[in-house]
This record gives sequence, structure tokens and C-alpha cells, in this order.
Amino acid sequence: MTKKVEEKQEVTIVFAGDSGDGIQLTGTQFTNTNALYGNDISTFPNYPAEIRAPQGTLAGVSGFQLKFGSIEVATPGDDCDVLVAMNAAAFKVNIARLKKHGTIIINSDGFNARDLKLAGYDTSPLEDKSLNDFRTIQIDVTKMTRTALIDSGLGKKEMDRSRNMFVLGFLYYMYNRKIEGTIEFIKQKFAKKPELIDANVNVLKAGYHFGDTSEVFTSRYNVKAASLPAGSYRNIMGNQAAALGLVAASQKSGLDIFYGSYPITPASDILHELAKHKNFGVRSFQAEDEIAAMCSVIGASFGGKLGITASSGPGIALKGEAIGLGIMLELPMVIVNVQRGGPSTGLPTKTEQADLLQAYYGRNGEAPMPIVSASTPSDCFNAAFEACRIALEHMTPVFLLSDGYIANGSEPWKFPTADELPSITPKFVPAKTTDETYLPYKRDENLVRDWAIPGMKGYEHRIGGLEKEIDTGNVSYDPDNHDKMVKIREEKIAKIADNIPLQIVNNGAEKGDVLMLSWGSTYGVVKTAVKECNAKGMAVGHIHLTYLSPFPKNLGDLLKNYEHIIVPEINNGQLVKIIRDKFLVDAKGLNKIKGIPFSTKEIIEVIEQKFEVA
Amino acid sequence: MSEALKNTLMAKDFATDQDIRWCPGCGDYSVLKQVQSIMPELGRKKEDIVFISGIGCSSRFPYYMNTYGMHSIHGRATAVASGLKISRPELSVWIITGDGDALSIGGNHLIHMIRRNFNVNVLLFNNEIYGLTKGQYSPTSPEGKVTKSTPIGSLDHPFNPLKLCLGADSTFIARTMDRDPKHQREILLQGSQHVGTSMIEIYQNCNVFNDGAFELFTDKGSKLQETLFLESGKPMIFGAEREKAIALDSSTPRIVNISEANEGDLMIHDETNHFQAQVLTSFFDNPKDEGHLPRPFGVFYAEDRYRYEEAMEKQITGATERMGKGDLDKLLRGNNVWTAS
Repeated sequence: MTKKVEEKQEVTIVFAGDSGDGIQLTGTQFTNTNALYGNDISTFPNYPAEIRAPQGTLAGVSGFQLKFGSIEVATPGDDCDVLVAMNAAAFKVNIARLKKHGTIIINSDGFNARDLKLAGYDTSPLEDKSLNDFRTIQIDVTKMTRTALIDSGLGKKEMDRSRNMFVLGFLYYMYNRKIEGTIEFIKQKFAKKPELIDANVNVLKAGYHFGDTSEVFTSRYNVKAASLPAGSYRNIMGNQAAALGLVAASQKSGLDIFYGSYPITPASDILHELAKHKNFGVRSFQAEDEIAAMCSVIGASFGGKLGITASSGPGIALKGEAIGLGIMLELPMVIVNVQRGGPSTGLPTKTEQADLLQAYYGRNGEAPMPIVSASTPSDCFNAAFEACRIALEHMTPVFLLSDGYIANGSEPWKFPTADELPSITPKFVPAKTTDETYLPYKRDENLVRDWAIPGMKGYEHRIGGLEKEIDTGNVSYDPDNHDKMVKIREEKIAKIADNIPLQIVNNGAEKGDVLMLSWGSTYGVVKTAVKECNAKGMAVGHIHLTYLSPFPKNLGDLLKNYEHIIVPEINNGQLVKIIRDKFLVDAKGLNKIKGIPFSTKEIIEVIEQKFEVA
Repeated sequence: MSEALKNTLMAKDFATDQDIRWCPGCGDYSVLKQVQSIMPELGRKKEDIVFISGIGCSSRFPYYMNTYGMHSIHGRATAVASGLKISRPELSVWIITGDGDALSIGGNHLIHMIRRNFNVNVLLFNNEIYGLTKGQYSPTSPEGKVTKSTPIGSLDHPFNPLKLCLGADSTFIARTMDRDPKHQREILLQGSQHVGTSMIEIYQNCNVFNDGAFELFTDKGSKLQETLFLESGKPMIFGAEREKAIALDSSTPRIVNISEANEGDLMIHDETNHFQAQVLTSFFDNPKDEGHLPRPFGVFYAEDRYRYEEAMEKQITGATERMGKGDLDKLLRGNNVWTAS
């Protein structure tokens, strides 16, 4: 039967199932296929910390949300148009997010008595009248998969592992997409297990054909390619983009990367990505702990490499003392914090922006350092590159803040060419030509010292964590010297403001009633909300900060252009404190601390309240 | 070139203009002197030598060496050196640490550095006390040690540092003492020649907070009785008249009188014998105990094993040969590109 094709501007889908169901892989494949087709996309993987939480339970539900569109897509969407639920628990966790008249695709085999009990249902929700508001497509995915594999010689358990491919094939048909990209992926993934290639491809095709031949729905949907700015694109995840940004900075500075880190969610993927690029001279070192990771980076930077580490909040806490040493030594290095829910172990797989104050103040003594933050998955590339540039040009440790949401999320990326990237000039001392004594802590007009590394003749010197005498770097306990050095280190960081771009109003009104002042991963949702409010005639502006320390020089002036300043953050109010402190303005926080990003609706509501009051 | 350097550089070239701030009479002076004196023997340029220390009295050491140096933070010299060595395998790297720095706060990094076998030299200044913090017991202080933090005696059982290192698969372990400059110099030289992590424990007297901790081993009156100087290929002989030796009695070491023993029963020192090294590291008796074994000094064990940093270089060279030198444009493009026009 030929089905009619209906055009859609944008669609939000949530794939949900057990954490062993291959949900993340299914979502990623669906994302990649749509990206290659040319849609704009934003994704939000949401999974439990446990590798295999008890099967069928609410705690074990893994989800992957994506929005793809023919128009600009800046968030993975608030509510979804389609919910794919592989079992009763996945249904229960996600059903509230389905739009009225949305579509539920159900694996009916995941709703047997045991599944219902584990999900806490007395009766099957599928028989509930509340489902009348939705369009429900029930498929016994397990049965269909096993039927497709009847001649494969695989056991039931192995067969069932391909169930996700059935669903993926079905959705490819429903959304008018080709399956070839995924077939190629399957071939590569199972190159060493040909029997699994056949099984997965067969089930993928079975799902696709089932969409075609069955009459469970009457129309297919098409989401046209988005009219993105002209250029070449690829799909990229945040952690991957960060890793590429670091490699790019290495290439543009001529310094090989030393990457010392200790595995931690959600930062480990940066290590995994960098470890692949040894042919770029990347030395990746999995240290025995977070402290060793940081200290090995200090050793590498002392040796003249581009020293980098990444971690998440708990690991950053452990690195604190060594970061202070890096500040005292005035050596270039980059510390990436892919933030997650805290405090302590907190919510390892959930997102939060609650380490900003840690980055600002989380060291003993007066220990200022620059902070750069990434706003979207692809922006992790730019932010990582910038962090390296500032570190090398200003001889200082630099914080790069990302978070779990953008680290694991993905979006199309208009990637640059190597030529388009600026070159980075490390602050090496010139080769020695005179007998003049080398002064390790002599500074240039930006208060930046020169970098002499072992092997450079005539520059032998000793540095350490003890307070240093101005210029010579010798140990000094002189009270006035300490006072001056503290202020020099502070001013040195402040002067970086001369070497970063001025702040722009990223979206909306240049002047007006309300300013949304954001940083980090809230970029997409705040932008979307501000645009919607602008469309309704509200004079709302959006400033999004990449540089959190020092701030761009004109930020204070820009803040004066608005009546109200609202600072939305996935924390209990951190940037807002710094803004109030630094600029003495009456900024107000908008805070959510649930381990999940803001919805557009939540931001709009708050903006609208301001206008109602006004 | 290295021969030429040996001839031109002198010990004094390795001294700095900084005032040395150790207490008068501190054992650290002796070590500094010996280290400076062997530097020309390395045949390395000054600028290719790096001293890295943690925190503690001995960790001021780099300030007094006219090479590259870093006085890092407590317990982490080993971790700093690991990163430096991976980045710059060609450098001669020396780690200066103490019993508190290496075995208490830095214990984790020490064992992991040892198993990775970076080609570095570790000088572990063991004075069995915390000196810089003014006299608390350390992880090598004996049981019952009365200190400021243990007024009625320490409850901690001490580490046996060399046994710990051997347990972490150390490829070179040796012990020497501040009061025997000649032996110290010999051991430092052997350690510097070993390719891999050279662990050298130096018994060092803290004359302010733990004076005489090693007196039995260093004092002329008792030294010959209480110490066993290991010499490769020779029987383990000691005693005032060199009248005693060590024999293995079904894998248990015993003291025998040479005059009464069969020559074939005597233990012959073999640095390559791991089992023997295990036996020797367990010569750790309290010298006050009846029938105690003498404390060995010298090179206990030496083995050739691959170095982490060399293996890392191989991976990098191999990957570059296999995949070609990294092409940034290719990396940024990835494999799935589409074009919007």
C-alpha cells in the first residue's frame, strides 16, 4: 500500500527502553542518518549511572531524545511527538512528555505481567482510556525480530539483541529515510562477527518493510533538509568536539598534546577520543588517580608540551592543590571540567552547572585563573581551542567548563578548515645570545613571563610552589613581595580581557526590559525562548557568556541596557552571585537543579511574568 | 660528546647561588655533596638534567642544583616526573623525596611510577620522622615511637620501603646512608646507570628531631656488626672481623660463622635474583632483638624491563607510520560530511 507523505517542520522523538536495549545506539544512528540528510538536530541522551540496572525497572530506563527539523533546531525539544517505549517502565518514565495527539510506538512484548509489576502498574496502561488522546502503534518487536532471524542459527538471547534494529528500521520507513548509512555502520561495528552483521541488517530491513507493508499507519512523514548556512557539515558530540579542539590547538601552536586523566563520567570520552590520535603526537596517559593526572600535566607543561587534563566535579576537587601549583608556576595548561550533578558523587550521568564557583574560587590562597565555557556540543570545539590559546599566550592554567548535557549531546557542525583557525604563539624564551642572567619571572606588558624548558641551554632555573621573588623567582617570604605578587597574578588574569572578543548581544533586543544572561549549555534553550518572546513583541535580549573569567570588557556597559537581568542556570545560583558582586546590579536567578536541562516553556514563563508585572 | 662533558663539567658547576637552609649537621648536606659530585659523571648537559621534589626538608634540594628543577607539592614529585618523562624521554630526571613524601601522602604515585618503570632516579631520604612539620612520626618510624603526635608511642606498624618497592615490581632497589659518602657515591652512580626506575633509599640522620635513628648502622663501633654491604658475585660477609656470613637454610636466611660453614652454603649476592632480593629486603629486624639479621646496604636487585616512555614513543611512531602524520583537515571533516548550499 502506498502511503501519502506528510511534511513536518520539526519532530521530537524519545527512544526509551532498558539500559541493555541499545537505546543510545538506536538514537545515535537515527541522528546520524538525519544529519547526513541535512536536518538541523539537537540530541539529549539520558541514561542511568548503572551499567545494567535491574532489567525492566524504572531505575534502568535509558532514554535518547532528539529533535530534527527543516528549521533551526537549538534544543532537543520540550515535549515529544513520538515516544518509542520498549517496555512498561520506559513508558511510565516518559509518557508525561508526549504531546497531546502524539504517537506512541510500543513493544507489546515489554508489557507482560512481569514488566507491568516491575514498572509498578496493577493493570496495563495500554488498556487505559487515557491513551485515547494518543495514537498508539503496538508491535510485538520481540516476535518480529525472532521471526526475521528464524534461520540465523542464533539463540533467542542473541536474537533479542537486534530488537532495536527493528524499531530503527520501522522509524526509517515512517520518516522516509534510507537505511544504507546504518547498514554501513553495522558492517563496521561487527566486522569481526559476520553472523551479527547479517542478523542486524536483516532485522533492520524487517522493521523497514514492516512499516511499508503493515497498515498500522497511513501516512509517512518527511522533514526536509534545513536551510543551514552554506558550507560543509558533520554531526558531532560535545566531548568529541572538545577533543578535536584540543588537537587543533596543538597543531596551530606546534606543541604536542600531553593528556593526563583519570576515567570519570562524563569526561572519559575525551580521553577515548584523544587516545585515537597518536599520529598527531598525542600522548594520552591514564594516571593512577586524579591528583596524578593533574601533576603529570604540570610535569608535561614544564617539559614544554601542551598539557591538558579533563575530569568532572569530584575529580576537579582532587586536582585543586595541583592546579594551585600550576597557577604559582605560571605554566600553560588546560583543565576541562565536564560538569555533572553534585555534590560528592551526586548524579554522575545527569547534567548540572554547579561547578562554576569551584572553578572561580576552589583553591587555597588567592588563585585566580581564566574560565572559558562551551555553549553547545559543537561549540566545545571553539571553547577548547580558546582555552588552549589563552593558556599558551598568557602562561596560565585555564578552566574549560562543559557539562554532561552538551558533552553527550550532538548537533550538526559547520567545521572549519585548518587554515581558517588562528595560529597560536607559545611564549617561549628566545635562544640565549648574551650572558645576562635569565629571570624566570620577568614579565612582558601583559604581565606574562617567558617559558624556558629543559634542554634550553643557559636557562636552567628552579620553580616551585613557594612564593617567589618578583623577577628572579627565588623563594621569598618578604611581606611586601607577597602582597605585590598576589596582585600581579590577579592583574595578569584580568589583562586577558584585552585578548578576548568584546561581548555581543547574542539574540533579541539590544536594549529593553529583560536581559537573559546565560552561560554554558543553556544557550540553545534560552535562545529559543528569547526568540519566541521577541516574536510576541517582548523586548528581551539574550547575552550568552563564553568568557567567565575575566569577563569581556564591555559586559558591564551592556548590562545597563536592560531593566531586569535574569540569570538562568542549572544550579542554585552561581553566575548570578558573581554578576551581582562584580557589577552591583540586581540580577535575579532562574534556577533548576533536577539533573536535566531547562525546557523552553520554563524560560518563557519567567520572561512573561516579568512583563506581566511590568 | 658525553666524554667531553665529563671533562668540562665539575661538581661546583652544579651548585647554585642560593643559601642552603638545612639545619647544621643535617644528613642532607652529605647527599647534596655526593649528588653534585656524580653529576659530571653522567655525561649529560646541565640543561638536560631535571630535579623534581615534593615537600619536606629534603625537597628543597632542587633549589641547590644548577639544573632545571621543580619543587612541587607534597607527595607528587613522582607524578610530576611521570608526566615530564613521557613528554621528554631524553631528559635525565631525578626525584628527591622523603619517607613522608614518598610513602605516606605520595604512596600511591610511588608504586604506580615503579610499575611503569620510567627511566628516573629516586632518592628516598629516609629519616624515619617528619622534620619540616617539626617532629611527628612517619610511615617508617618504628612501632612505639614517641613523638609529638604520639606522646605514649606510635601504634603504626612501619613500612619496609624497599620491600614495598620490590612488591611493586621495582627494577632497581638499593640502600645507602648519609654517613658513608664513598658507598653513597657508588650507589648513586649505579642507580644513574640503571635504565628504569632506580629506587635508592638513603638512611639520613635528622639530628634535630630523630637524632641517632641509624646510629647502629653508621657508628664505627657497631657498623661492622650491624650492616651487610652487598657486593655482586660475592658471599654476604659481615662482622667486626668479617667472621660472619649469611647462609640459606631451606630458604630461611641464617647467620653462620665462616670458620664453621661450608663455602657452598653461603649466600652469594646476585642482583638479578628476584627471590634473593625478596629475602634481602626482609632483613629488617629491630637491631635490638636477639639474633637479628644485619641490615643490608648496596644494590639489592636490578632488572631490565621496558620503560613506559619508550613504549609510548613506539606507539606514537607506529601510529604515525600506520596512519600517516596527522592531517588536521581530514580529522575535522570526519567520515560523514554533507553540504548545505
